[in-house]
Amino acid sequence: MDIVKELLGGSRLALSRTITAIENEHENASSIMRELYHHTGHAFVLGITGPPGAGKSTMTDKLARAYRNMGKTVGIIAVDPTSPFSGGAILGDRIRMNGLTLDEGVFIRSMGTRGSLGGLSHKTADAVKALDAFGKDIIFVETVGVGQSEVDIVKAADTTIVVLIPGMGDDIQAIKAGILEIGDVFAINKADHDGADKLQAELNMMLDLDGLKFDWRPPIQKVVANQGEGIDDLVKLIEKHYAYISKTGKLAQRRHDRTKTELLELLNSSIGTYVTKHIVDTGRINKCLQDIEAHRNDPYTIVHQLMDELLK
Amino acid sequence: MMEKRIRVLVAKPGLDGHDRGAKVVARALRDAGFEVIYTGLRQTPEQIAEAALQEDVNVIAMSILSGAHMHLFPRVVELVREKGMKDVLVVGGGVIPESDIPALKKAGIAEVFTPGTKTSDIVEFIKAHVK
Repeated sequence: MDIVKELLGGSRLALSRTITAIENEHENASSIMRELYHHTGHAFVLGITGPPGAGKSTMTDKLARAYRNMGKTVGIIAVDPTSPFSGGAILGDRIRMNGLTLDEGVFIRSMGTRGSLGGLSHKTADAVKALDAFGKDIIFVETVGVGQSEVDIVKAADTTIVVLIPGMGDDIQAIKAGILEIGDVFAINKADHDGADKLQAELNMMLDLDGLKFDWRPPIQKVVANQGEGIDDLVKLIEKHYAYISKTGKLAQRRHDRTKTELLELLNSSIGTYVTKHIVDTGRINKCLQDIEAHRNDPYTIVHQLMDELLK
Repeated sequence: MMEKRIRVLVAKPGLDGHDRGAKVVARALRDAGFEVIYTGLRQTPEQIAEAALQEDVNVIAMSILSGAHMHLFPRVVELVREKGMKDVLVVGGGVIPESDIPALKKAGIAEVFTPGTKTSDIVEFIKAHVK
């Protein structure tokens, strides 16, 4: 049976196997994506990011329930780090979402980063497309616990929620570089802990500095996710942001930028594959290396010559 | 082309709260290069089977210390087969009397690891039998 047909027909097993094919770069992965692509573009993609232990999974669980109560179907991609030493991973986000497992309107998939450093895995975007084609209305993408610079989520999501918690030392130092710039909505989780007000004040101060530059001022919502407190208000802010980006054309712009990035990445990776096949695997690279080492030629000239040849 | 990675669901069915062993095994499997989806305590067979489907795992590893293994382990096998996952390897561990093991194997549990098992034996078993 054709796996794409089964997926489009609603088979969760086919969806699951499709994501595996994508992740493992099976031979049929690109033909699957080619077919699925035409069924994508309907889902609203929500990114959830923040430092380790901030409560991203718990918040994803609660937000997913809120959207289920609104009658929406939900897909969740939860990313956890792959060990750079063993290649193994403990994917433990699901443990916060066990209550959703038997809801047929929810599909949760855990992914290891498998060498990617931006907070997602290289195949996350394609897995999102599979969930989109499957017909999910809302797709959550939960990143690994991030520090300051893992901001790939902005490329994958329509709306990004940055989850922060009080008591992480100098709060502003921890967030000022990368993360602060990517939040469309901020959630201060564990807001019943000491320091939540201080964090909110400092965040407000930072965000107000941008106030005149942008017409969307990222709002901050205090949440106690494991109690469900503040979740409904957070959903309202997410919906408000969605309405804003839809109305102003920013959603279309974000998706346009994403398509461009993906197209270029795909093109670059295809060129890389071509180079591997024709220059590395054929052993031709050794001749080039010998020429360089003997000073008969230099890397710049060789690359120039090879490119001329490839592009003919 | 990326090499295939073995994905293992580690779960604790039943009502006992002793997850130390499951965590030790999860960690050993991680160090062996497997992707371990850890779902934690008090999972019903229905939850375990559905999580296995969504995660497309190659292996389900369950630990139980409450004595309900004769009911819960075979039920998981039954449910994953019903869902069309013909190849998934199901293994169990925990405080399980020797006399129960033949019946569990007959019910589709590929192997049962009792207290004292080396984690490396579990890793080797999975590597040798995973499809």
